[in-house]
Amino acid sequence: MDKEKKAMRDVFIERIYERMLTDKNVFFLTADFGSPVLDKLRDDFKDRFINVGIAEQNLVNIAAGLATEGFCVYAYAIAPFLTMRAFEQIRNNLSLLSRAHKLNVNLIGVGAGLSYDLSGPSHHSVEDICIMRALPYIDVISPSDWVLAEKIFDYTAENKRPKYLRFDGKPLPAIYDCNSLIDFRKGFVELAEGDSVCLVSTGYMTHTALKVIEELKKEGLKAGLIDLYFLKPFSKLSLSQKLSKYKYLITIEEGFINKGGLDSLISTLIESEELDIKLKRIGFDDMYVFDVGSREYLHGKYGLDYGHIVNLVKDIKII
Amino acid sequence: MMNDIGLLRMIKEKAGWIRTETLNIHKNAPETRLASSLSAVEIFAVLYYGGILSYNAKDIRWDKRDRFIISKGHGSISLYPVLADLGFFQKEEIQKVCKQGSFLGGIPDASIPGYETINGSLGHGVGVACGISLALQKRNKQESVFVLMGDGELYEGSVWEAFMFAGEHKLENLNVIVDSNKASMLGYCRDIIDFDPLGKKLNSFRWKVFNVDGHDIAKLFDTLTKMKKTRKGNPKILIADTVKGKGVPRLENDPLSHIKSLTPEEVDSIIERFFG
Repeated sequence: MDKEKKAMRDVFIERIYERMLTDKNVFFLTADFGSPVLDKLRDDFKDRFINVGIAEQNLVNIAAGLATEGFCVYAYAIAPFLTMRAFEQIRNNLSLLSRAHKLNVNLIGVGAGLSYDLSGPSHHSVEDICIMRALPYIDVISPSDWVLAEKIFDYTAENKRPKYLRFDGKPLPAIYDCNSLIDFRKGFVELAEGDSVCLVSTGYMTHTALKVIEELKKEGLKAGLIDLYFLKPFSKLSLSQKLSKYKYLITIEEGFINKGGLDSLISTLIESEELDIKLKRIGFDDMYVFDVGSREYLHGKYGLDYGHIVNLVKDIKII
Repeated sequence: MMNDIGLLRMIKEKAGWIRTETLNIHKNAPETRLASSLSAVEIFAVLYYGGILSYNAKDIRWDKRDRFIISKGHGSISLYPVLADLGFFQKEEIQKVCKQGSFLGGIPDASIPGYETINGSLGHGVGVACGISLALQKRNKQESVFVLMGDGELYEGSVWEAFMFAGEHKLENLNVIVDSNKASMLGYCRDIIDFDPLGKKLNSFRWKVFNVDGHDIAKLFDTLTKMKKTRKGNPKILIADTVKGKGVPRLENDPLSHIKSLTPEEVDSIIERFFG
């Protein structure tokens, strides 16, 4: 496993660059948002790289227009601005318009959760899972590491439907092995098997969940872990089969709970599949984070840190 | 100058017919926005019957078609009879507007043959059209992109994002028509936020600006023909001076005409009086 820390956007943009070398059908649009890796792309593909300016609404509209003519478009911006400033453009010109056109538009939102910890609540992205899941015909993809982000690239290039990619803003170590085979139709990976408690996490929080698993192991406790990286679509059948053996689930997300996020997805699954499972939800409950501090500090303060989750599992006392 | 008298007469007849048909649709479906749809009648007539637009009713995604983006969807009910007449769908469908099971709603969507994009919410058309224009330019295609928008849409910020983009990227295949009927839902635009001088504003955004009486068929024909041919590195915009509710005296001078519906009896008497 590659322990080197990398930013999801960097490895993903590298793949876009490689694709653009041979595929003239690929466009890269940004709303004045960069990355060191992007410099090469903007220099080498001046005809298919466009900075639309700080204009997320137009970013999505231009992307939609290009896609109606058959271009594969990557539209890149800071996650909360992309998903909320341009929400109606995404709804009307990607989701609704999918009825009439095959639109290969890949929205890359950078800064999932509290990635931009010190920039404060305007830059935190705690709503995006809830609101993007609300839109039909759009994939919602939330990788937990750069290996997964890299592996998902071919799927984004080949599948002609709108997609929202929720990328972390910080370089993170790899969770997955570069040589591992990932079945994208399932939408999740079982990272650990447990006895009666299973954690279900997405994005950055899968790193925290792995620490929880390790910590519990030290005390002889065995909890399961599912990394759900495809919030839409995923195999309900495979996931409910995996989850059905547990008595307790704990969803962990760096976003709102009780509003349609990962927790709601799991609670709906429990209900629809008539699973006999109790659910605990970790995330932000009807609140914004105004405190100034590092991601670690903020997680600690609001109960998203591994220590708090370890205690929660131990409190269940059923393992 | 338009000197084909036969063509001019034919388009005029079609415009009268479209107005009658639009009134008849409204009679069957009073939910439809009549006043907004009446201001654009001559624009539709010239675009489709004047041969300005290239289209293929039997192959709606024909590669060589001009892309026509209707941004003011609610105000394009008058396009339904045109599309039916030209064979985009069966003429009988016109009777079913807003009726259960029909694909023709009170506000058209992109699943209707002849419509390219989603409309209804305003201010989306120009931005999407910019993406289409860019795509055609990148592929070295000669087809044009047309947009019909209302002047009330100019209040949406996304429109100005697109205006800036089109000027910067020299989208010379882009032709926007503003159906400038000077009223939005709650009154006259000049009393809300006055656009004046709109032409100067757009000119400073690097657009080539055209002006025309939006009900004068000969002038519309000449201007649209010239606009389509002009490709000098600028996007083009036609400010079509129109009257909201054109042809219905009760609507023509009513600042709230947008939300007014006529009774079936009123529709019949107007058709008899003016278009009979």
